[in-house]
Amino acid sequence: MYEGAIQDLIDELGRLPGIGPKSAQRLAFHVLSADTTDIKRLAAALTRVKEEVRFCSTCYNVAEAEQCRICRDPRRRDDALCVVEEPKDVIAIERTNEFRGRYHVLGGAINPLEGIGPDQLRIRELMARLSSGDVSELILATDPNTEGEATATYLALMVKPMGITVSRLASGLPVGGDLEYADEITLGRAFEGRRKL
Amino acid sequence: MRRPLYRDDALVLRVQRLGEADRIITLLTRRHGRVRAVAKGVRKTTSRFGGRLEPFGLVDVQCSEGSTLDTVTQVEGKDLFGRHFLDDYPRYTAANAIAETAERLTPVEREPALRLYLLTVGALRALAGRERATTLVLDAYLLRAMAHAGWAPALRDCAVCANPGPHRAFSIAAGGVVCPNCRPPGAAHPSQASLDLMCALLEGDWVAADASDVKVRGESSGFVAAHLQWHLERGLRSLPLVDRRESQNR
Repeated sequence: MYEGAIQDLIDELGRLPGIGPKSAQRLAFHVLSADTTDIKRLAAALTRVKEEVRFCSTCYNVAEAEQCRICRDPRRRDDALCVVEEPKDVIAIERTNEFRGRYHVLGGAINPLEGIGPDQLRIRELMARLSSGDVSELILATDPNTEGEATATYLALMVKPMGITVSRLASGLPVGGDLEYADEITLGRAFEGRRKL
Repeated sequence: MRRPLYRDDALVLRVQRLGEADRIITLLTRRHGRVRAVAKGVRKTTSRFGGRLEPFGLVDVQCSEGSTLDTVTQVEGKDLFGRHFLDDYPRYTAANAIAETAERLTPVEREPALRLYLLTVGALRALAGRERATTLVLDAYLLRAMAHAGWAPALRDCAVCANPGPHRAFSIAAGGVVCPNCRPPGAAHPSQASLDLMCALLEGDWVAADASDVKVRGESSGFVAAHLQWHLERGLRSLPLVDRRESQNR
């Protein structure tokens, strides 16, 4: 047990996700031995992210203004909307350079065991966006796990009566993997989604 | 130090994220009761068994024992019920309520609960089979799981004095139907059809249960849920989120 500022720093770092007591101690002593300029820059970045970053008022992605960079971009298609669980999923899809439409971030997936139902996600806001009539295709890009699939099923149930085309990201074998190691669900999905060559 | 290994049949009740790519899996096993184990790297797309450790799967699992959490070392899928619920939201929400009930009724880890395991496997199999209405499968499971825990509601004889029924008043606090002499203030009065349905579900009379009216099913579901929440003290998170609309696939 240390005293004063160093113990306070260890305690605070230990509250971060994935940081245990040993890691917190190692990081605290790294901070202590690092160059003062570097640490001031880190402290400023931490303060700035809390003061300046907020959720986009349209898609709920992280933004530094009222709207995020993607919602402000006039070159993006308004007729295609991609629904994701978290802001980090937007970055993952943007890295593919395959999608030029807009996004909607739900803020999670339906998980009744954790008490997360449709009302705890930004589904009401999504329905309001869809009711404007600009969107002709809704792409459901929730995670390919049970919660993500259930969320996609729920959204499809809600949106299909509006006459909007609803699509789901394909699931299948990872590039570079061996077929024999694929589990039966993944392999089954790969068969379902096979395409003609 | 090499940790001892064990192998068992198990139902995946819950998965929780851990660190960058791991998950904590809550399993209801056939011989070892409820077990919590770490599955390393299963959130990566290259995971060799991540898909088999999704909720509601019946798996053949090998774990190494740990001081607080075990570690999953191998998994084979036996019957991955979860995939049958992916395109059916009401069944998905019902499966969550079943899994949470099983978890709450096994408060002590590693204490064998074979009857509850078999009951839970049977309920998920029935839900996946889509031969019966979702709410009937869920309510039958809840009633039988409560009976297994020693909290079966009295549905014929008075819950307080055992005076032979039938009785009309139902008191959650008293534990079921009550006679006019024992009836506490504020006792409810369910329809006889609703009480008959609960009896049918508890005893496995599916002919009578299948023939029941939708309104009656709704009323009896309310009593089953209230009875369960009363005995569990801390409410189930998933039960209020159960979608009671009947599945489109039935």
